[in-house]
Amino acid sequence: MADIHLDKVKKRFGDFVAVRESTFTIRDGEFFVMLGPSGCGKTTTLRMIAGLELPSEGRILLDGEDVTFNRASQRDIAFVFQLFALYPHMNVRKNIGFPLVSQGLPRREIRSRVEETAKLLRIDHLLNSRVSGLSSGDRQRVALGRAIVRRPKAFLMDEPLGALDAEFRELMCEELRLLHKRIDATTVYVTHDQIEAMSMADRIAVMNHAEVLQIGTPAEVYTRPASMFVAGFIGSPAMNLLPAEGGLEMGAQAVRVNGAQVAVPRLREGLAGDRAVLGVRPEHISIAGDGQLRGTVFGVEYMGTRQLVTVDTHAGRLKVRAPNTLRVLDGETVGLTFDANRLVVFDAASEKALKSDLIREGDDG
Amino acid sequence: MAEVVLSGISKSFGAVRAVDGLDFQVADGELVVLLGPTGAGKTTTLRLVAGLEKPDEGTIAIGEVDVTAAPPAARDVAFVFQQYSLYPHYTVYDNLAFPLRAPGRDLAREEIDARVGEIARLLQIESKLENKATQLSGGEMQRVAIGRALVRTPSIYLMDEPLSSLDAKLREDLRVELKRIQRDLGATILYVTHDQLEAMTLADRIGVLAEGRLVQIGTPREVYEKPANIYVARRLGTPQINVLSPAALGVTDAPADTDRLGVRPEDLRLTSQGAPAQVLNVEDLGVETVVLLEVGGGERLHALLPAGETLMPDGEVKVSMRPRSAIYFDSEGWRITESHDAPEAETERRGADVG
Repeated sequence: MADIHLDKVKKRFGDFVAVRESTFTIRDGEFFVMLGPSGCGKTTTLRMIAGLELPSEGRILLDGEDVTFNRASQRDIAFVFQLFALYPHMNVRKNIGFPLVSQGLPRREIRSRVEETAKLLRIDHLLNSRVSGLSSGDRQRVALGRAIVRRPKAFLMDEPLGALDAEFRELMCEELRLLHKRIDATTVYVTHDQIEAMSMADRIAVMNHAEVLQIGTPAEVYTRPASMFVAGFIGSPAMNLLPAEGGLEMGAQAVRVNGAQVAVPRLREGLAGDRAVLGVRPEHISIAGDGQLRGTVFGVEYMGTRQLVTVDTHAGRLKVRAPNTLRVLDGETVGLTFDANRLVVFDAASEKALKSDLIREGDDG
Repeated sequence: MAEVVLSGISKSFGAVRAVDGLDFQVADGELVVLLGPTGAGKTTTLRLVAGLEKPDEGTIAIGEVDVTAAPPAARDVAFVFQQYSLYPHYTVYDNLAFPLRAPGRDLAREEIDARVGEIARLLQIESKLENKATQLSGGEMQRVAIGRALVRTPSIYLMDEPLSSLDAKLREDLRVELKRIQRDLGATILYVTHDQLEAMTLADRIGVLAEGRLVQIGTPREVYEKPANIYVARRLGTPQINVLSPAALGVTDAPADTDRLGVRPEDLRLTSQGAPAQVLNVEDLGVETVVLLEVGGGERLHALLPAGETLMPDGEVKVSMRPRSAIYFDSEGWRITESHDAPEAETERRGADVG
């Protein structure tokens, strides 16, 4: 297994910049997810790691070795496109062993590797069954088995669960995660689905417009987003973003939102510009008493033990996650109180988060 | 608007019984969501109400008039499809006004103007009225498509997964807007989806379908908290409800006839007392933490814990249920009604497949 290092990697297609200068390290044994909307450069980055695209500039190191100009076949990396396609006319053993047969390994070696892989996936009792008779979960395991049987240095996966319905995707996310723990293989996984990324990743690289905006654990990118894009992309519903007044001094502990003072984590840098943005997660707002901000309830959505309350304020529309024991009605005027320790202040011009007691330096990988 | 009543409706296509003895009504001003996986009979039900299919058995009444044999045009329903079907060369205004200009309506120009303006304001597309449909984003197009249904005031709106082609954020926004508009207009809507979150958040009542049959119909809270059987329990909630043997959690006081125990992930706690369990996986999602546990006997379950819970993967913990959170199921998968339950007038107990 191996770490993967990208050193000032860039990719242009003609005039189009697909990947702006990227430098980061994917650690040995890590489940690393590249997350972003379509066209953000995540798949191009993955294809450069695989050797399917050549970087325009920069170097790629696999386990310390410069592989920038090595062919895909010389990199000892397994690229998993879709986790589904099985050969229906072959049994489980033949499906799993297929990549080894193509590599021309001796029969005995193939046999022992296939059996070991099947044991790992708990499908060793199915080795002689036809794949057409299997449950969908077992078929997935066979497909996974075929990917891991080669024991490559790293796995690269490009939206492998994209075609699945939500319920099944959830199960597969967990299955992949458990498998990863058992084999500890460096895995680079590309997706546009933030829920998938949050539930599987050791670390997430959030990308937009050809740039890596932030790298961190799921909890880090959720609680300490480095930019407004990350704040808005992660979480469902996303972080609420409210216009606030700028002209903030270093050490300030409050911002003004629509005339009201809202306490925030102590700022470790100032903001000269006149416009700021206050970021607050739906679960860090409580509906109680007078509140710092007042608004009118636009809608209440039942979600089991919780409810999602949409509130229109003079500063904009907000989503609040509240326990379902709270009684609120459409059209009701409510007070909103923010959890001061969890708020993020952004510079409206650069869209970057200001350093504070919550947003510290050095979160980036 | 008017109420819609389906009585004993069945429909087969060849050997496949797509809809099997449906009995339910949508009250005037109510939003009923039919929830079920592909093939459960959702869309067929909508098409039967619209008159696009004829039932083999049963009757359909709209506003106390039996329309079972009436053609679609005579039923006064408006249909919203999954894919926005707009006239690309028309402006947003003309797309919205189209149903009002249909021959035979004879609406005055001012009346059309007023109605289009009102709907555009509700859907927040006023500034786009002069744009061509092709100049709109996906979210705006679907707003216009919904708006085109809403400009008319039919007896009932039939909506077939109208939000499913939109991305997650837009869906969240439009969901709450649609609910608000429905309330403001007092619209009667029959809405079908396979998305459980959409069903829970939009519906006045949810009807859960399985293989053409209605397994349960009730308010979101009733269906979530008192599911009729294991099938319904699993259709609502993420992560899914845990269904396991009572012994796995050391439960000894389950009602007689209990075969399986259901407990929602949010009703599990890690405490100093409880059933010993091994932590298999921890997902710290920021907003909350999902933990996969394995209890004695090898059964697995999910627990949903507050964010920031520090847990060691592979560690040993003790897991217990919140008081009164357990749901008990009999050997056929039906929930065992407890004495403190309210009477369940509308729970159907017909033999849909369980599990």
